[in-house]
Amino acid sequence: MEPEKKYELINEQGLRLDNRKFDDLRPIKIDVGVLERANGSAYIEWGKNKILVAVYGPRDAHPRHLALEDRTLFRCRYHMAPFSTEERKNPAPSRREVELSKVIRESLEPVVFTELYPRTGIDVFIEVLESEGGTRCASITAASLALADAGIPIRDMVVACAAGKVNGQVVLDLSDIEDQKGDADLPVAIIPRTGEVTLLQMDGNLTREEFDKALNLAIEGCKKIYAMQKEALKKKYVEAKEDVEAEAEEAAGEADKE
Amino acid sequence: MSDSYGVITKVKQKKISELLIQDKRLDGRGLEDYRDIKVETGLIERAAGSARVSLGKTKVMVGVKVETGAPFPDTPEEGVLTVNVELVPLASPTFEPGAPNEDSIELARVVDRGIRESKAIDTKNLCIIPKKKVFVVFVDIYVLDHDGNLFDSSALASILALATSKMKDYTVDEETGELEYKSNEISLPIQNYPIEVTMAKIDDKLLVDPSLDEEDVIDAQITIAIGKNDEICAIQKSRPGAFTVDEISQAVTLATKKAKELRERFLNGGKDE
Repeated sequence: MEPEKKYELINEQGLRLDNRKFDDLRPIKIDVGVLERANGSAYIEWGKNKILVAVYGPRDAHPRHLALEDRTLFRCRYHMAPFSTEERKNPAPSRREVELSKVIRESLEPVVFTELYPRTGIDVFIEVLESEGGTRCASITAASLALADAGIPIRDMVVACAAGKVNGQVVLDLSDIEDQKGDADLPVAIIPRTGEVTLLQMDGNLTREEFDKALNLAIEGCKKIYAMQKEALKKKYVEAKEDVEAEAEEAAGEADKE
Repeated sequence: MSDSYGVITKVKQKKISELLIQDKRLDGRGLEDYRDIKVETGLIERAAGSARVSLGKTKVMVGVKVETGAPFPDTPEEGVLTVNVELVPLASPTFEPGAPNEDSIELARVVDRGIRESKAIDTKNLCIIPKKKVFVVFVDIYVLDHDGNLFDSSALASILALATSKMKDYTVDEETGELEYKSNEISLPIQNYPIEVTMAKIDDKLLVDPSLDEEDVIDAQITIAIGKNDEICAIQKSRPGAFTVDEISQAVTLATKKAKELRERFLNGGKDE
């Protein structure tokens, strides 16, 4: 059998299709508190990924019989819009979305003080508006911010980033095409304060050495994104403070005139 | 959950924790020991291949069926693998009839990932007419008795059923594209033998092959699929809870060792027969 022709994902200068180096992230932009009705919300653009997250709760658990005596019922729904993918995605939840909803919930639950709100429910709704690979990591990163924005007590913000193997090389933050044509994908979520890992999945083919390298690279990526996450959370309050100050100044100015 | 009121679970949790201090477990196993494993293959004559695995008291049956169908548009020259799990209500008081829930979907997808990513089936060899007709391999996992660790028992039964599957040899009628079956049988093109190893974290210790009692009190769980060259093919961290990087490293080492042992015991070490 002749060797399979490799899809060229890294050029001779070591640059990837979108001109990134092996350890470069795609551009990330995060906004907090973007929705009116939700208790907390966040919006993230990560490469071409566009994801909106809303948090509702703590509120009455629904349906009632699911309520837990000793803690809140913490739920997540990861869902992709029909127009978010190359071919229209049927809006009914796919098996992939059901699995991702589960692992995302399990990645966030360790930081939530669920025991503070027995018999209630907290719902995290994630809508992927456009996808370009790495949506689960972007979703987790934004969902933590939406939880913080909702004022739900958490131990830390969970942050996620993937590493993987492309053309035999370990790289950070795989794009869609790198995920599809590459050799392995390793999404990781961590609690930065403790360094613990709350999401770990892998598919592909990695040697032990490559795995260790990819895990470290993903964790380094997470730390960079954690800084952006904190910045985004602060930004909301700085902006709110500036608005209030500007209003106060205006009011003071008018008072002077009179 | 075997105990809906949580009282027995609390008592068990205490006992499990007490024993763990001395690296012991409720059923007398060491931390790295699997329960007794029994495997049987070729039980269902109507299936292309079948296997039944008992892992302690957990029992799982897998049947493989091979049919023809259309390939996926992005892999027009490859056969199709479909893994499905039925958590049938006879296997546990907590299983209910109806549409698959998130546990059965996760189980099916993790077993699927181990087989698919290790390239256990040479799917290029299952193409009949490019873009039009390929073989579709259905792996149907039937959980019969749930006493913990459905991941490893299902994955082992699946690869055993695949490795022992037979289909009728065939030729393709060039004009009509119809298959003409011959009288002899051929094996499925199997080229890797992935083994999934699940470890539970309880009180900061890693336990291989958690039983149902242990699953009730687990902090976090990790399943790692290892291929015949010790390569890592798939990982799934599961359950709310966290691992340190050191624990993950330990888990990979442990999974590599246990996978090798199981492959030696049940799959001839991964050498093609």
